[in-house]
Amino acid sequence: KERTAKERVRMPEMDPQERIKYQDREVNIGLSADQAQKEASRCLDCPNPTCIEGCPVSINIPKFVKYIEAGKFLDAAKTLKETSALPAVCGRVCPQEKQCEASCFYTQKMKKDPVAIGHLERFAADYERESGFMSIPEVAPANGIKIAAIGSGPASLSFAGDMIKLGYDVTVFEALHEIGGVLKYGIPEFRLPNKIVDVELDNLQKMGVKFVRNFIVGKTASFDDLKEEGFEAFFVASGAGLPRFMNIPGENYNGILSSNEYLTRVNLMNAAKDEFDTPVIKGKTVAVIGGGNTAMDSVRTAKRLGAERAIIVYRRSRAEMPARVEEVHHAEEEGIEFINLANPIEYFADEKGKVNRMRVQRMGLGEPDASGRRRPIVLEGSEYDIPVDLVVVAVGVSPNPLIPSEVKELKVSKWGTIEVTEETMQSSIPEMFAGGDIVRGGATVILAMGDGRKAAANMDEYLQKKHKAN
Amino acid sequence: MNQIVEKVLFSEKVAKFVVDAPRIAKSRKPGHFVILRVDEKGERIPLTIAGADPVKGTIVLVVQKMGVSSAKLFELEVGDYILDLVGPLGKATHIHQAGTVLACGGGVGVAPMLPIVEGFKKAGNRVISIIAARNKDLIILEDEIRKWSDETIVMTDDGSYGTKGLVTAGAEMIIQREKVNECIAIGPAVMMKFTSLLTKKYEIPTQASLNAIMVDGTGMCGACRVSVGGNTYFTCIDGPEFDAHQIDFDELIMRLGGYSNEEKLAYERYV
Ligand SMILES: Cc1cc2nc3c(=O)[nH]c(=O)nc-3n(C[C@H](O)[C@H](O)[C@H](O)COP(=O)(O)OP(=O)(O)OC[C@H]3O[C@@H](n4cnc5c(N)ncnc54)[C@H](O)[C@@H]3O)c2cc1C
Ligand SMILES: Cc1cc2nc3c(=O)[nH]c(=O)nc-3n(C[C@H](O)[C@H](O)[C@H](O)COP(=O)(O)OP(=O)(O)OC[C@H]3O[C@@H](n4cnc5c(N)ncnc54)[C@H](O)[C@@H]3O)c2cc1C
Ligand code: SF4
Ligand code: SF4
Ligand code: FES
Ligand SMILES: [Mg+2]
Repeated sequence: KERTAKERVRMPEMDPQERIKYQDREVNIGLSADQAQKEASRCLDCPNPTCIEGCPVSINIPKFVKYIEAGKFLDAAKTLKETSALPAVCGRVCPQEKQCEASCFYTQKMKKDPVAIGHLERFAADYERESGFMSIPEVAPANGIKIAAIGSGPASLSFAGDMIKLGYDVTVFEALHEIGGVLKYGIPEFRLPNKIVDVELDNLQKMGVKFVRNFIVGKTASFDDLKEEGFEAFFVASGAGLPRFMNIPGENYNGILSSNEYLTRVNLMNAAKDEFDTPVIKGKTVAVIGGGNTAMDSVRTAKRLGAERAIIVYRRSRAEMPARVEEVHHAEEEGIEFINLANPIEYFADEKGKVNRMRVQRMGLGEPDASGRRRPIVLEGSEYDIPVDLVVVAVGVSPNPLIPSEVKELKVSKWGTIEVTEETMQSSIPEMFAGGDIVRGGATVILAMGDGRKAAANMDEYLQKKHKAN
Repeated sequence: MNQIVEKVLFSEKVAKFVVDAPRIAKSRKPGHFVILRVDEKGERIPLTIAGADPVKGTIVLVVQKMGVSSAKLFELEVGDYILDLVGPLGKATHIHQAGTVLACGGGVGVAPMLPIVEGFKKAGNRVISIIAARNKDLIILEDEIRKWSDETIVMTDDGSYGTKGLVTAGAEMIIQREKVNECIAIGPAVMMKFTSLLTKKYEIPTQASLNAIMVDGTGMCGACRVSVGGNTYFTCIDGPEFDAHQIDFDELIMRLGGYSNEEKLAYERYV
């Protein structure tokens, strides 16, 4: 009873007016030890912890939360690592309100704020990292079997961590010059600092994982080349990197770019800093099309790069926005404008071809569609114009076509995702496993990680069987 | 990190680099390009692979000084390293037996044209090459082009070398003289536009190799999008070569200027 009377502890955050001056300062400051223990003490240690069912990788939530309550923070971190490869990342970016926290007893039965599972997860992981007692997992003796992971996003990182522990000789190939996939080139510093990802990469490297940058599997070398070099199995985690556009008139004008381009310029190439050579357009009025995490990240980046008006244009209503609730909330605090129930239909430009105006159409909401969200319907005759000087299109991504187009025998769905057996993550080519966004389309970090772990367990079984047979 | 093993200055603004890149030397084909980043602060820029030696494990890049990134590369000497280099990127040129092939190269575009000319010659075609530039100093790789061409015509805008005039004048002369089955155009966007207009008039199938602005080169950003036949394509993965008669060159030229203010500022900071 006493426990349930307590209010959820608020995550301390940087002041909105202050934080919009910096691209690289994290908004959430993190709970103090006291705050974490206080929040942990709300958990009821339910006999049937429904929260676990809400977590895609079934973290033992009550166990780690109890450790925090007892002040055993390192044990809490250890518990997280039993199932999650990157708790410091997931604590920050998981859509908790749709997953673990949605299934918490508080949410479900008491209509109260759930235990702040994500914030606590982040606390434990950060505590361990900052304590200097970060445990590097034990690695089994080398078994001499060479395997490769393709791409270096969360799916590959969790895969590599599990396989190196089992004694495999693991190489991760990455097309870009940085390791981390979307964690590095997509999600901005103000939400997920690079140094947090780097610590994890460092640990993987210490455990023996080899990282090869600037290497495109299928181009720099083919799968056959790699097999000749002794690689026996592959985990394809090449992501959903292909940006979608809307194919409306004027979309190729200058000043209209994909969120991937915008975020890559700023996050991967440091374009906002003068001493870096990559350019970025700093708009005064920036419109970002879409309502997902990518849209929120873009619009808040634009604000931080000095936009006077940074606007979300989204064709459904706030309730249907796929972005994390916390991000939408932070965006509102930062003065982002929301034009909901509107959709661009055409762009206009000055005589040099630089966008200066967009035409939007008002939308209404109809019946729910396959995703359960109410379908946007066009309101005829409702068009009006908004002056803009930068437009970022964040309406979704398609699977990266590189590997499917290089490996003709690979079975691919009509959406371009690699088809795998759900239980094993094995593709139509036995030695090729796949996971993360290349299998799911644009999904989440935690699902990608879960796939990586599943693929690791099944690839291990496959390889052990094969070697025994020989 | 890829080491520079040879550097040859063609002129004050154009240099050839031979770079250690064994993997790429082995897997590249004519038409492919790389993306490189000179140093930690550098941007990613695309450059065509102008040749390769799979035995020595080297590739050839020919670069023209334009702004910050090309100037930084230009400063590197033999023994220095390029921080990041990835490739081969793009689709390889469709080299086949066409009959008579007319290859039109403008400025530094002659470098990427060289392996294509060589490829078409080796495939048994009659190859006529036109290499054009503003003046004599900017004519590059003439001997190499001659080696793989049945006939080579040099054109300069100011008449300081070869025939005075634009590449299109040379091309029209050939087309009127003999049957041309296929044309290739590589060079500045304006040059490709007018070459394409010319060959369209004579209904000669033409491939142009586009130099759209790129970031990743893997299909991830869409910076390199071009309109071809009314559809949008990504130059890095769908190209860089497209059916010239279908390309919206005016849009390409417009998009090439998309960052010109920022580029100018960056260059001023650099010098
Ligand atoms: C801006 C943005 C914000 C997001 N925010 C969130 C969030 O808050 N919460 C959340 O859960 N999810 C979020 N997501 C989604 C999440 O990041 C992805 O679902 C996740 O990163 C997918 O992981 P992955 O390992 O499958 O691939 P990715 O992270 O996409 O990594 C794939 C990597 O493979 C490389 N690659 C591709 N082809 C090859 C090849 N042939 N050879 C070598 N390398 C190759 C690519 O360069 C890339 O680095 C966000 C996504 C974006 C873009
Ligand atoms: C597929 C392809 C192959 C190319 N091959 C060669 C080659 O073999 N030799 C050569 O000298 N040049 C080549 N280029 C052009 C070369 O990439 C640009 O000249 C270079 O990026 C200019 O950068 P900068 O910083 O020196 O100049 P800037 O002053 O920044 O730019 C000068 C002009 O170059 C273009 N440009 C700028 N940034 C980029 C970019 N990231 N990607 C593409 N173009 C850009 C723009 O039109 C710009 O106005 C190629 C381009 C492409 C797309
Ligand atoms: S991994 Fe994500 S879903 Fe699972 S407990 Fe942590 S925050 Fe919740
Ligand atoms: S459901 Fe909520 S209260 Fe119950 S154990 Fe899980 S986190 Fe604690
Ligand atoms: S350069 Fe990014 S998609 Fe082509
Ligand atoms: Mg530049």
